[in-house]
Amino acid sequence: MTVSTPTDLLEVSHVAVRFGGLVAIADMTFSVAPGKIVSLIGPNGAGKTTAFNVITGYLRPSAGRVLFKGRDLTQMSPPEIAELGVVRTFQRTSVFNACTVLESVVTALHLRGTTELLGAILRRASVVAEEQRLHSEAEELLDIAGLSHRADAVAGTLAYGEQRLLALAMALAAKPIMLLLDEPAAGLNPSETQKFMELIRNIRDRGVTVLLVEHDMHMVMSISDRIVVLNNGQMIAGGSPQEIQNNPEVIRAYLGEGLTNVKG
Amino acid sequence: MEQLLQHLLNAVVLGGTYALLGIGLTLIFGVMRVANFTHGELYTFGAYMAYALIGPLELNFFVGLAIAVMLGILLGIVIEFMLLRPLQKSDMDTTMLVTIGAWIALQNMELFGWGGVAKSVPHPFPTDPFVIGSVSVAPLRVFVVCVAMVLLVSFYLMINRTTFGIAMRATFQDPEVSSLMGVKINRMFTLTFAIGSGLAASAGALLAPVFVVVPMMGDLVTLKAFAVVILGGLGNIVGATIGGFVLGLAEELGAGYIDSGYRDAMGFILIIAVLLLRPQGLFAPRERTG
Amino acid sequence: MTERGIASILVVLLAVLPLAVNNQYVLFTLTSAGILIIAAMSLNLLLGYAGQLSLGHVAFFGIGAYVSALCSLGFEFYYGAESPLVVPSQPVWLALIWGIVVAGIFGWIIGKLAFRVRGAYFVILTIGFAQVSRMVALNWVSLTNGPMALNNIPPLSGWLPGYGVVPLSGRVENYYLVLAFGILAYWIISRIVHSRVGRALIALRENESLARSVGIKVTRYLVLATVVSAAMAGGAGAIYAHYVRVIDPDVFLFIYTVTMVIMVMTGGKGTLLGPVIGGLIFGIIPELLRHMVRPELQLILYGVAMILIVFFLPQGIVPALAKLGDRVRRKSKIGKTGVLKDSLTT
Repeated sequence: MTVSTPTDLLEVSHVAVRFGGLVAIADMTFSVAPGKIVSLIGPNGAGKTTAFNVITGYLRPSAGRVLFKGRDLTQMSPPEIAELGVVRTFQRTSVFNACTVLESVVTALHLRGTTELLGAILRRASVVAEEQRLHSEAEELLDIAGLSHRADAVAGTLAYGEQRLLALAMALAAKPIMLLLDEPAAGLNPSETQKFMELIRNIRDRGVTVLLVEHDMHMVMSISDRIVVLNNGQMIAGGSPQEIQNNPEVIRAYLGEGLTNVKG
Repeated sequence: MEQLLQHLLNAVVLGGTYALLGIGLTLIFGVMRVANFTHGELYTFGAYMAYALIGPLELNFFVGLAIAVMLGILLGIVIEFMLLRPLQKSDMDTTMLVTIGAWIALQNMELFGWGGVAKSVPHPFPTDPFVIGSVSVAPLRVFVVCVAMVLLVSFYLMINRTTFGIAMRATFQDPEVSSLMGVKINRMFTLTFAIGSGLAASAGALLAPVFVVVPMMGDLVTLKAFAVVILGGLGNIVGATIGGFVLGLAEELGAGYIDSGYRDAMGFILIIAVLLLRPQGLFAPRERTG
Repeated sequence: MTERGIASILVVLLAVLPLAVNNQYVLFTLTSAGILIIAAMSLNLLLGYAGQLSLGHVAFFGIGAYVSALCSLGFEFYYGAESPLVVPSQPVWLALIWGIVVAGIFGWIIGKLAFRVRGAYFVILTIGFAQVSRMVALNWVSLTNGPMALNNIPPLSGWLPGYGVVPLSGRVENYYLVLAFGILAYWIISRIVHSRVGRALIALRENESLARSVGIKVTRYLVLATVVSAAMAGGAGAIYAHYVRVIDPDVFLFIYTVTMVIMVMTGGKGTLLGPVIGGLIFGIIPELLRHMVRPELQLILYGVAMILIVFFLPQGIVPALAKLGDRVRRKSKIGKTGVLKDSLTT
């Protein structure tokens, strides 16, 4: 169905996920080219979040492969995958509640540091220098996310929109080559969504490939370079926003969902 | 060979009471998501009540046991109502700390009230054992294992045949859905804790005349009950039943063939084996991660 | 005032105390409390920072005590071969290090086993470990002397001006020794929690999935925390062995773990000062109560205190005071600038 080219950054091929008798993903194949914003869309239960969980190592697929730069991710743990540069955010707001905003980002810069136990205890000059570097990197990231003025606030007390920004800043701290955003705009007001979209474009322009799951169709259509449509755990279409909008099969899938919603 | 048969027989007696303990604990965990560290204290409480009623108060043996179990159920209800209900929205670590606090307080109340001297409970059974070939068993132990079996079977009937049991299993699967379906969560939790406590107290009351009653006996019992629950997989009732008998067998064989000083270490060794080989428990299907 | 400021004042006060109060009994009480406080600090690293409750922490304490005592006394190890392995008596400081190392190794084993699964499993595994440790101490008579106890354990030695290197058996010397170890333990934990390692631990306590998503290898850091915590508890046990100079299987009693947990919870888990403040309270109160009430009653109070803390002071004393201080400071700030920060509600 898709023609994967050797330049693809991520290739998901024939991935299946089954829980007991339940099929979450039947047979999923798609690929993501570098430097693009690619959106995964589909009706509820199409397997989007499941696909995210498979790609980032939170879920082991029953079959199939996920290749990132040619390396198979399916046997790796989430931290190992993050080390390779595939970093995600979560659908539900997810921050370190008790930490301040700045501390949270410094924590998320884990992969950018090297200090281990003995180094921490002895705290030589190199360790102190690393700490300073991490703090200034964290401040830069907060600046990008527009959260500098909230650096000392406790993460758990932030407003909802700010928590989503913080989650994004923390994901960026892990220096992603590919960033997976799971419904980043859910629950944001229109002006916050607008800001978020600019931020995502900004991230893409810095060379980070973005894979997006989002329900806000307006956002998806205006931001995506390419869209992959899933239904019942299978990819049914792929292409530019215009192509997708005119694809009869996509329209049928969404209408079908509308009908079942009416029935239910 | 005869020795082995004797061990197997003893293992069944022990295993029956371990299964009672394990089922109660796993039920509370499965329905309420509480790691209940007062479990061994309810066992101890049941044992002391049996002693008090049958010993100093000179009640009929069987009546004494029955009342002891009812008092255990009552104590369970009090604990649930005072300590756990206010924390229904809290995470498991919080309720765990509270039950640990209650465990320490209850245990030392026993010590305060009864003193540290071991008490023995009189019983009406003849002391001459039944002898079949080279295997012998005390009539009291036969009684214990029969009552344990009756309790186990009635528990299964309740869980599988009654509306309450079905509602309880629904809560087991998914508390949110079952509360939407009209299961009254508060009442469900109280009943669950009462049943679990009753099972623990009945194990204590049953074993009281077999062994002796001391304030500290709950410590090991809590640990063993958890061992049984982990063996069977947290929240798995069938698993806990089998786990109880497995632990009973392991203790008998360990004490008989390895070293009697390490009888009580068997539960711990089994836990380690399970953690190494099958962390989800011996009898559970692999848990869903989705 | 910062945590460091309060800690410094506390150290100065404790350092001059023997000059002001030359009472053997007071020094003995504080020294015993100090040893338990070190153990409580080590527990806090796991319970407070990594968010894992070890209810068998006394096992590491007891292992440290036994290993250090045995090494300093010399022992024979019967392992099935015809002649036992004979270990001659070691210098006390070397013995102490052995106590720390062996406790750390057991921490590594327990950590590796338990962190395949967490929460209740870890609690049960640690309780079981403590129970089994006590059984071994009771039953392995050829090594541990069983219930007859290990006696005549040598005290730690040290250099005193004017005396040279001598055994430190006096109350005052031991008081300062424990104070020095306490400061060292505090300092090590402070360094760890304010580093990349400590941040990783806090991250996994706060939100494990999120921690993994930014590349933190959760299991690795949990095992690391368990090793450090166990080694430190082992160190406290070793100091205890050379201080009281008699060790029997009762060092593995559950009640010591409970005391450590209460110290940490009361003072404030996940704060550096928490175990110290909680430790001073629960190290001194029992001594005051000792002549008035039976030990059971004291333990009943412990249990009730645990429940009350969970209900009414879940964060512990230190965070509660810090919040109070914050509020006062903020109020005066509002007066000046008129800006209300919105974090008051937490």
